[in-house]
Amino acid sequence: MDWHLIIAATVKIVVFVFLTTLPLVAMSVWAERRVSAAIQDRVGPNRVGPFGLLQAVADGIKFLLKEDFTPAHVRKFYFWLAPALTMVPALLTCAVLPFGSKLFGEKMVIADLDVGPLFVFAIASLTVYGIVLAGWASNSKYPFLGGVRSTSQMISYEICMGLSIVPLVMIYGELNLGRIVQDQALNGWTLLPLWGDGLSLKGFALAIPMFISFIIFTTSMFAETNRLPFDLPECETELVAGYHTEYSSMKFALFFLGEYAAMIIGSGLCVTLFLGGWSLPFGWLAPATIDAEVPWWQGLIHIGAFFAKVIAFILFFIVVRWTLPRFRYDQLMRLGWVFFFEIALANVILTALLLMWLE
Amino acid sequence: MAIIVERPKLKWWEHLYLPGLVLGMRVTLGHLVRNLLGKTKVTMQYPEEKWDSHLPEHYRGAPALVTDEHGRERCVACQLCEFICPPRAITIKPEEIPSEDKWAKVEKRPRVFEIDMIRCIYCGLCEEVCPEQAIYLRKDYAIVGTSRAEMVHDKEKLYQIGGVRTGLVNKWNELK
Repeated sequence: MDWHLIIAATVKIVVFVFLTTLPLVAMSVWAERRVSAAIQDRVGPNRVGPFGLLQAVADGIKFLLKEDFTPAHVRKFYFWLAPALTMVPALLTCAVLPFGSKLFGEKMVIADLDVGPLFVFAIASLTVYGIVLAGWASNSKYPFLGGVRSTSQMISYEICMGLSIVPLVMIYGELNLGRIVQDQALNGWTLLPLWGDGLSLKGFALAIPMFISFIIFTTSMFAETNRLPFDLPECETELVAGYHTEYSSMKFALFFLGEYAAMIIGSGLCVTLFLGGWSLPFGWLAPATIDAEVPWWQGLIHIGAFFAKVIAFILFFIVVRWTLPRFRYDQLMRLGWVFFFEIALANVILTALLLMWLE
Repeated sequence: MAIIVERPKLKWWEHLYLPGLVLGMRVTLGHLVRNLLGKTKVTMQYPEEKWDSHLPEHYRGAPALVTDEHGRERCVACQLCEFICPPRAITIKPEEIPSEDKWAKVEKRPRVFEIDMIRCIYCGLCEEVCPEQAIYLRKDYAIVGTSRAEMVHDKEKLYQIGGVRTGLVNKWNELK
């Protein structure tokens, strides 16, 4: 057994997942409430702690102390299984996200897989089981409708999402997220090819399909995480609270946290693929190769850059939520199958042609 | 009669939805920025900021007993307020004023005067009916307590809220 590897991985899991991502979940709930309040000319939670920052703690305590009520008409086993199935996949996808370059000679990624995006898609699509099981096990009509909606929505958008990053994979010829980010650090971000090799006709030409990919990917991400304007599985106005209508206390909190964790991981993936991950713009402090040694302070700056980008992206998520009205269900399906699916396919061909022409 | 509502003909770029997103974001971000800069008028932060200075003269808050300028308690325990009180919030137990007292001429005063603030509906009938002008509705409105017993204002508390009122009824004074 390689003890060094195990200890390093454990430390990274504890620090990245439990000490960073979970508090970030709590903070994004707070940010959501404060930003939505500001947008609607309100104040928002400002009583617990400075600026209401400890509101998340108060909410957590409330959820833990509330009665954990299981209605008599539910299917108990699946009813209990569903919240865990929503939360766990969201956190599992943390494993392949490179959240920094290197710190003390350690790569800042929990599992340096060579199939990063595939792993993320494989795990992230498991989230739907949690929602479908919740809807079905609740044994009542509104959760059931929420679960059914969720299934078709997730399946539709999974395809667009997968197809939208095919052009990106074609350009980088690489499925290792760490190396994709390294490439972006040296040769310009996918959406901002303004330095290194990116500063050429090829770089600018390829930015066009990348921009289309980015829009499809981001929109699908909204649908995958059940955020407005695609929150049809929850859909307060039609389905009470959708799939978690029958849930209370900590089980409800798990759905809630799962949604925000998925949002953070989604933002992290989007930042990694399109906005240069942990790298700073214009190649500042970029390590020469993926294996090059990085001073510890540069490693910390890279980690900071990653989280700054993720937080900015989360704020974008939040503002979009409070800007757009919900899609109608047929509009959602039409957008997924008739527009995004075709555009994503055409985008793959466009990228292939551009690559052929430029080489 | 059926009314036909013309659907607006959208331009091709309006179909794209993205310009709509940008326009919407301009509205929401505008509100966000104005709010963060403190230019939006938002709701009042209640316990810290209060509306007290804007309360009108006729505001009906907690009822309270008052003393006159000589320190005499004005209430003569006639019990009219107790009888008129619609929710029966007032309890009065009268007693005779002993003859050696300075105000022996008044003859009667309340031994116990309690207003149950859980029952009180702030109607102001007690103030209206009082022939001695001894009970007034003040501007206190945040009456709180952690038990039912705490919500009953006794005589001491009522005089504390009421304070002194001068003028008007002088018929009980020694010197006229």
